[in-house]
Amino acid sequence: MTHAEDGSREITVETLARVEGEGGMRILVEDGKVADVQLRIYEPPRFFEALLRGRGHTEPPDITSRICGICPVAYEMSACLAIEDACGVVVPEEVRLLRRLLYCGEWIESHTLHVYLLHLPDFLGYPGVVEMSADHRELVERGLRLKHAGNALMSLVGGRAVHPVNVRVGGFYRLTTTEELAQLRPLLVRALDDALATVTTVAALDVADFEQDYEYVALRTDADYPIEAGAFVTSSGRTFPPRDFDAWVTEQHVEHSNALHARLRDVGPYVVGPLARYSLNHDHLPPTARQAADAAGLGPVCRNPFRSIVVRAVELVTACEEALRIIDGWSDGGVPSVPVPPRAGVGYGATEAPRGVLYHRYELAEDGTVLDARIVPPTSQNLASIELDLRAFVQPRLDLDLDELTRQCEQAVRNYDPCISCATHFLDLTVEHG
Amino acid sequence: MDLEEPRRRPTLAVWKFASCDGCQLTLLNCEDELLGLAGAVEIAYFPEATRAVVEGPYDLSLVEGSVTTPGDLRRVQEVREASRRLVTIGACATAGGIQALRNFADVEEFTAAVYAHPEYIATLDRSTPISAHVRVDYELRGCPIDRGQLLEVIGAFLHRRRPRISAESVCMECKRRGNVCVTVAHGTPCLGPVTHAGCGALCPSYDRGCYGCFGPAETTNTVSLARRLRELDMSERDVARVFATFNAAAPAFAEQSARHTPPATGEDR
Repeated sequence: MTHAEDGSREITVETLARVEGEGGMRILVEDGKVADVQLRIYEPPRFFEALLRGRGHTEPPDITSRICGICPVAYEMSACLAIEDACGVVVPEEVRLLRRLLYCGEWIESHTLHVYLLHLPDFLGYPGVVEMSADHRELVERGLRLKHAGNALMSLVGGRAVHPVNVRVGGFYRLTTTEELAQLRPLLVRALDDALATVTTVAALDVADFEQDYEYVALRTDADYPIEAGAFVTSSGRTFPPRDFDAWVTEQHVEHSNALHARLRDVGPYVVGPLARYSLNHDHLPPTARQAADAAGLGPVCRNPFRSIVVRAVELVTACEEALRIIDGWSDGGVPSVPVPPRAGVGYGATEAPRGVLYHRYELAEDGTVLDARIVPPTSQNLASIELDLRAFVQPRLDLDLDELTRQCEQAVRNYDPCISCATHFLDLTVEHG
Repeated sequence: MDLEEPRRRPTLAVWKFASCDGCQLTLLNCEDELLGLAGAVEIAYFPEATRAVVEGPYDLSLVEGSVTTPGDLRRVQEVREASRRLVTIGACATAGGIQALRNFADVEEFTAAVYAHPEYIATLDRSTPISAHVRVDYELRGCPIDRGQLLEVIGAFLHRRRPRISAESVCMECKRRGNVCVTVAHGTPCLGPVTHAGCGALCPSYDRGCYGCFGPAETTNTVSLARRLRELDMSERDVARVFATFNAAAPAFAEQSARHTPPATGEDR
């Protein structure tokens, strides 16, 4: 922080730690009022939408998985759905189920990374997980065990945990067998217990008394908790299919950021991710997860972003429970993939990445060449709301000493599990004070 | 490890340039080894894992990502100066990554395609590996790197020996794994003969041809492989594409991609 001659104050974090990718924040305070909040994204642009032009229609899953090492499956899945939509292909049920199973692995890996390694140190007062492990060894070991289970599931179904190789447009290269899944099953049974214990642990944490009147946006399906598919729903009752996303959401390029800010038509800033998914799909939680949410005192809607860690833990239970359900119902003999012959057209795909809805749109030429691509990652949809949270959060806390205020602001940003690698197409905290 | 200071734990720093975070995540994915590693080395700078920062210089730096911005040019020098040993991890850091596809395109056009206000974006017209700018002590390949290989490299540097990492091709790993050759048996196009080992022949084990994510092996005959790919009914354009992915700017792959790129008609990049 700096105190300028004119009495203004500035809170700056040049490099936000324990987020995925590179960003910072800057908060300017003038005459005792928060004058400006900027999440700065200096993660360098990598131009994925541009380099996809001219590629073949089978290539976007492998190429776009490289946008993010933490949620590559989300990119693979949204890309597959969009290309299949453009080509008029619907995949068989066993492919949909195996995609959901692979995606459960990513939710477990990514949510555990965030809950235990990135977010929990804020609540327990440590700079990082290694320092936290000195006093909370069993807790950290539980997190690492849970994370390992997610990675093991991704490695079995997808080939590896980062940039899985087994996904293709139309399905998979090889279907996982009942025998392989039977060998993995005990890990997931243990993971479900660990996830339930995680809910108990994080539900007991002291959290800031802070609620916002968010417009939530998430996918929803007829039956399941949304993961690998669904149509859009919002807290104000709007519903639309993925193909109408462009009509509902606009992105603005703001100067302080290498990411684009998203707005919902007639509403403005909105929130995607675990809080939105949970609040719009509470009735679709599987039974064990719903019991865990009730026991944690969450209620059907959660508007305190500092409790997102509890919702993430409930989603860990959901992912473990769903994975076990799919494994227990699995039978061999299905077809790994269906042909996806190219045709000219536009296709749309939306799935629930761990951080929220990830939207892809591709325009294909007759021979399958990608003519145009649009990718809207969850973190860029949340950026405007993160800035609004910081504004509302900082104002009543200006009396805190700067180190403590900065620490709490960083925690408020981490509530969103921002993925800057994704959003650059994200973050630096500066708070300036007066 | 400083033998002169035997009681001090060596310090480890993890740096990021343009990348997806997947290679540094691989370090956090060493669930069974992470706490042991944190006992053997002092994690001195690793923003993705901790707020705590220990001042350099650092005994071992792991560098992820490629150099793509004017600021990177300065920072890569600072990282080198702060590092006793510098190891680059992954295809971005060792070959420029998939973002090096810009090297073969008009970067202004790329920026305009993604951003409404290209003037807000500071970027270089080429994505380059770390070794193009500073001395690198070791390069670990892969998109992403392999977890076991990462632990081997860290262990080797701590014990002041060369890492035991093979420079052979994926084909050799595939044979040892006992896979049936996907090309011979099923006519599936596969980059295994020219791709650097390290993944454990993952794709062929999943009934898929290797797609070259570890980049070129030390000695390759890409001309011969490209001919074989054409015989397997890949189009010229698809041969050009298959060499132009995550290691597009690695010389052996860039050369083959260029040979098979159809003359520009304005329709294809």
